[in-house]
Amino acid sequence: MRNTFAQELTRLAMEDERIVLLSGDIGNKLFDGLKAAAPGRFHNCGVAEANMTGVAAGLATMGFRPLTYTITAFATVRCLEQIRVDLCYHNLPVVVVGTGSGLSYTELGPTHHSCEDIGLLRTLPNLTILCPCDPTEVKLALRAALQHEGPVYLRLGKKGEPILHVGEPDFRIGKAITMRPGTEACLLATGNAVALALEVAERLAAEGRSIRVESVPTVKPLDGDLLRSLVGSMPVVATVEEHSLIGGLGSAVAEWVVDQGDVDYRLLRFGTEDRYLETVGTQAYARAQYGLTAERIAARLGEALAR
Amino acid sequence: MTPTASLDTLAREAARLRGRVIEVSGRAQVPHLGSCLSCLDMLAVLYGRILRIDPAAPKAPERDRFILSKGHAAPALFQVLAWRGFFPEAWLEGYGDDGSLFGEHPPAHGVPGVEAATGSLGHGLPMGVGMALGARLKGIPNRTFVLLSDGECNEGSVWEAALMGAVQQLESLTAIVDFNKWQATGRSEEVLALAPLAEKWRAFGWETVELDGHDLEALAAALSRDRMGQGRPLAIIAHTVKGKGVSFMEDDNNWHYRTPSPDEIAAAHRELGLLP
Repeated sequence: MRNTFAQELTRLAMEDERIVLLSGDIGNKLFDGLKAAAPGRFHNCGVAEANMTGVAAGLATMGFRPLTYTITAFATVRCLEQIRVDLCYHNLPVVVVGTGSGLSYTELGPTHHSCEDIGLLRTLPNLTILCPCDPTEVKLALRAALQHEGPVYLRLGKKGEPILHVGEPDFRIGKAITMRPGTEACLLATGNAVALALEVAERLAAEGRSIRVESVPTVKPLDGDLLRSLVGSMPVVATVEEHSLIGGLGSAVAEWVVDQGDVDYRLLRFGTEDRYLETVGTQAYARAQYGLTAERIAARLGEALAR
Repeated sequence: MTPTASLDTLAREAARLRGRVIEVSGRAQVPHLGSCLSCLDMLAVLYGRILRIDPAAPKAPERDRFILSKGHAAPALFQVLAWRGFFPEAWLEGYGDDGSLFGEHPPAHGVPGVEAATGSLGHGLPMGVGMALGARLKGIPNRTFVLLSDGECNEGSVWEAALMGAVQQLESLTAIVDFNKWQATGRSEEVLALAPLAEKWRAFGWETVELDGHDLEALAAALSRDRMGQGRPLAIIAHTVKGKGVSFMEDDNNWHYRTPSPDEIAAAHRELGLLP
């Protein structure tokens, strides 16, 4: 996702002189293309995320379309108040880009994990939250974010994620994208958990189950039309995300369900648990520690379907 | 368009605006009176002599930008904006009432002339850096001014912005510190040992000027200096008196939170020459 982000941003910056990238002292070589293609529109703000976010707000008031870019934990929670006051309260068109979201940086330890960001940011008025699932969605989400008249949080994985989409889907803020049809259960997955959801569907298909998978790149605003369309037709709905069960997509869907009052599907939620991971390892190891594996999700889904 | 109010006019207006701020503070129970009075002379000079702004076109792209980073002095800013004609003074009659735009801090939307919502300290200078950088990228030959409090210099984001302002050589950016020596609960020197404040800004790469923040002539001279070609931003350390202009408020930090009674308003107005 990271390389696609840099390539697409470079392309867009050549077309749109309003685009300015602010970096928190990461992506040294990554943005060489942008620096060459758009002189004066890349600025390393150093390891000073609060200031970087405020600078982006100031640039936005001058008519620019700034992006802030650094490791997710620091682009978001570190400077939460600047996002709240400078970007959201002013309703300025700034894109906050977090790279290495969720458990992407398992090996760096909990300081670099980011499983609370959506929960914290989702409470902020005016903010749109986009979590693309693959390089194709990164491109489309970035384009949409830079056209949007308000602040956007773009939650990226790391590098090397496979392309999950066939061709370019119709991407609209607030709309989910069907990845795979199915009739017995619907998995709503966001960001780098969509690949996991597809794996779960594969496993259950082998057992003769028909599982639909939706990529939900927009966590805020939720796709209420999709959630409504599942009422009366889908016995089980499950959310899957590389984010805490508190505050993320699963919480948002649960809130929506409770608010409706007439939803008849069983809702399951899969995400990270309410504890820090004290040990390091691979991303797959970290997911397993939180039960975020295709095997376990498929098992729990199978149980729910057997009822 | 540069305004050209005479220093005599500014002195007279500053006294009148002080009277208005005090009156509103008492009527609407708005605190931070001491902080408003310590920066009012600077606001008067900026809006009366320095800022190239047109109240009839408050969003003109080429305008100078001013951010009141010490947002708790909004009662003073609102009076100054009304004086300059950004909106009628009558708008301030319902100050603090249910549904009013005028509260204790500048809002993000709805009040002409307010460039940034502040109130949480340490936000104005980063935004000012962004505005100055944006102006340079666009080739707009304007200036950006940010007024901070000394207590606000406790915030790390102020110094993050100071670093970036220097490395970006933002010569069109000016920070003014209202150094009234008090913060909410004590002397700023005792809370986090701010002095020597000018040396700190200088060490961060800023040109610095120290002056009496109530000396209109000195303020006008320092603020009107041509910044072109200076290669670095300017920090004005303005030594001020909290509660300036009213003897029983001066340097008394109780007026950070206290609001005046009708008798105190009248006494203040007499001292300011607004009542016989």
